[in-house]
Amino acid sequence: MTEKTTTYSSTKEWLLTDTPASALQAAAGRAYLGLLEFLKNRLAVLGLMIIVALVFVALFAPYIAPFDPILTDLKHRLLPFSAEHFFGTDELGRDIFSRIIWGSRLTLYVIGLVAIIAAPVGIIVGTVAGYFGGIVDMVLMRITDIFLAFPKLILALAFVAALGPGIENAIIAISITSWPPYARIARGETITIRNSDFIRAIRLQGAGPIRIISGHIMPLCLSSLIVRVTLDMAGIILTAAGLGFLGLGAQPPSPEWGAMTSSGRSYILDHWWLITMPGTAIFVVSLAFNLLGDGLREVLDPKSDN
Amino acid sequence: MVQFLTKKRFKKATTQTLQLIAIVLITFLGLLLITFLIGRVVPIDPVLAVVGDKASSEVYERARIAMGLHLPLWQQFFIYLSSVLRGDLGTSVLTAKPVLDDIFRVFPATMELAFLATLFGVFVGIPLGVLSAVKRGGLLDHISRVVGLLGYSLPIFWLALLALIVFYAKFDLLPGPGRVDIFYEGIVDPITGFMLIDCILARDWEVFRNALSHLIMPATLLGYYSMAYLSRMTRSFMIEQLRQEYILTARVKGVAEWKVIWGHALGNCSIPLITVIALSFGTLLEGSVLTETIFAWPGLGLYLTNSLLNADMNSVLGSTIVVGSIFLAVNLFSDFLYKVMDPRAR
Repeated sequence: MTEKTTTYSSTKEWLLTDTPASALQAAAGRAYLGLLEFLKNRLAVLGLMIIVALVFVALFAPYIAPFDPILTDLKHRLLPFSAEHFFGTDELGRDIFSRIIWGSRLTLYVIGLVAIIAAPVGIIVGTVAGYFGGIVDMVLMRITDIFLAFPKLILALAFVAALGPGIENAIIAISITSWPPYARIARGETITIRNSDFIRAIRLQGAGPIRIISGHIMPLCLSSLIVRVTLDMAGIILTAAGLGFLGLGAQPPSPEWGAMTSSGRSYILDHWWLITMPGTAIFVVSLAFNLLGDGLREVLDPKSDN
Repeated sequence: MVQFLTKKRFKKATTQTLQLIAIVLITFLGLLLITFLIGRVVPIDPVLAVVGDKASSEVYERARIAMGLHLPLWQQFFIYLSSVLRGDLGTSVLTAKPVLDDIFRVFPATMELAFLATLFGVFVGIPLGVLSAVKRGGLLDHISRVVGLLGYSLPIFWLALLALIVFYAKFDLLPGPGRVDIFYEGIVDPITGFMLIDCILARDWEVFRNALSHLIMPATLLGYYSMAYLSRMTRSFMIEQLRQEYILTARVKGVAEWKVIWGHALGNCSIPLITVIALSFGTLLEGSVLTETIFAWPGLGLYLTNSLLNADMNSVLGSTIVVGSIFLAVNLFSDFLYKVMDPRAR
């Protein structure tokens, strides 16, 4: 056998070759094409930029925020926009701009943890149910259906009522209500994959169910799951903000955007900026996740038309 | 329709319906199990809440036994189950009335809101979806896309507050929170609990007009969300239908374009659309929690939040069960419709 070496004149050519020499090259080429497709969708890129900015702001909050987000200053309460206080001050004289900056940490904290808890639970339940089928499938899917039988916010409210208000409990409540759709998706994907020839081949080689599910089925479920989780982020942000608004999420004085909107309610008639600014922040971030999710869907999950 | 319902088909539909009912029963049991378990993890001692913290240990123990809390958990669950099935959801600590009575009292207000919101969603959302599917990439399509994106991204409580500032506080175009102005309150007998129907029954048109004007803002706001969802779904169903060959056939035969779109294509979307409308009705119950809080609307949502903030667990769990059951019933109904009306789903 003669070693055939191809030389590529540029990275682009290396990526786009029809005869990739290694799995890595093939994967890189596919990722490159996906990236090109994604970059064509300007709105999705905008969404991604907003999310990157959110992460940046959250990381460097102490350096960006000009004031302490919690320190009250009653001499300067309810001030309108100014060069010193970009978004004005609230009923306790706290700088709203600084509070929104610090609030980005709470938002990221919530969506990060919910994704880390709910997505793995959903994918495990879904792939196991789909792979084994039969009674396992029936039991797991009935449990999933039970959780789907409640509207999300109502079930989250009931859990928070039992666990007590607070941001950690809100995260637990939202996670408990978020995993069932992921399980449904993962199950659907698994059922289409499980009887394919490559899975049979792996089974013949002696791989057990754990190895097949974790090594071969789960990676194939990932792309549609990533799309769904990204789109869900918007809803999770809105639910968390709603819980905060009702006084059941993050507790004062922490600068959670929903709770800020709630505490500004009594002053809306003359001091509209108290609710406008945190609400805009919630809106912009959930819009960004919706845009990014739509863009990712076009790249990763072209089957579903929009 | 008649020739579809042969004896064999009918039998098949019946077994499928029975299976469906079994699934629903299991789901309902699970729903009760979840609310039961939520009720057990509450950090508040239910006995202490009844006897007070000054009670002697003897009184405390007697109350504990009377409430059945000394029994094993599974026995407690069966006691809970049988009382819920008898319609006993416990007594509200806040109002000192049976929870079910409370819910019956507040529920019409929520239904009135959700019904009008659904009407708004259907009559604006579906035409918007149809038109944007017909002219893909046109102006209306872009508008419906933006409407949809905003609907998925705007926090409803924030939008409601902004609407109150603009339409009530600044321009005084619409009335503020509440179901009627304060001086109209209590004029009309709450026969059905639906304010508009009660006004018609009493022939009191002044109160009717006032109540209607109070409904406009919350119903439109809630309806906006169902409109956003419905228009997107209608659009994708329509695009799917317009691709089919029977549409081409109809056009070739010279059927008028409006009839092809609004009759043939939309007609074939009607079954999935009913499902979507049913689902969006369930979502409205969710949205009503936040909307009712802001508009001081005395419905189930406000009742739920008030109970939550006062740690009134019986009411919270009772409301959760009721909302969950409605959600389940709505899903069952739309599944059933699918089976009966769509031959492909049999």
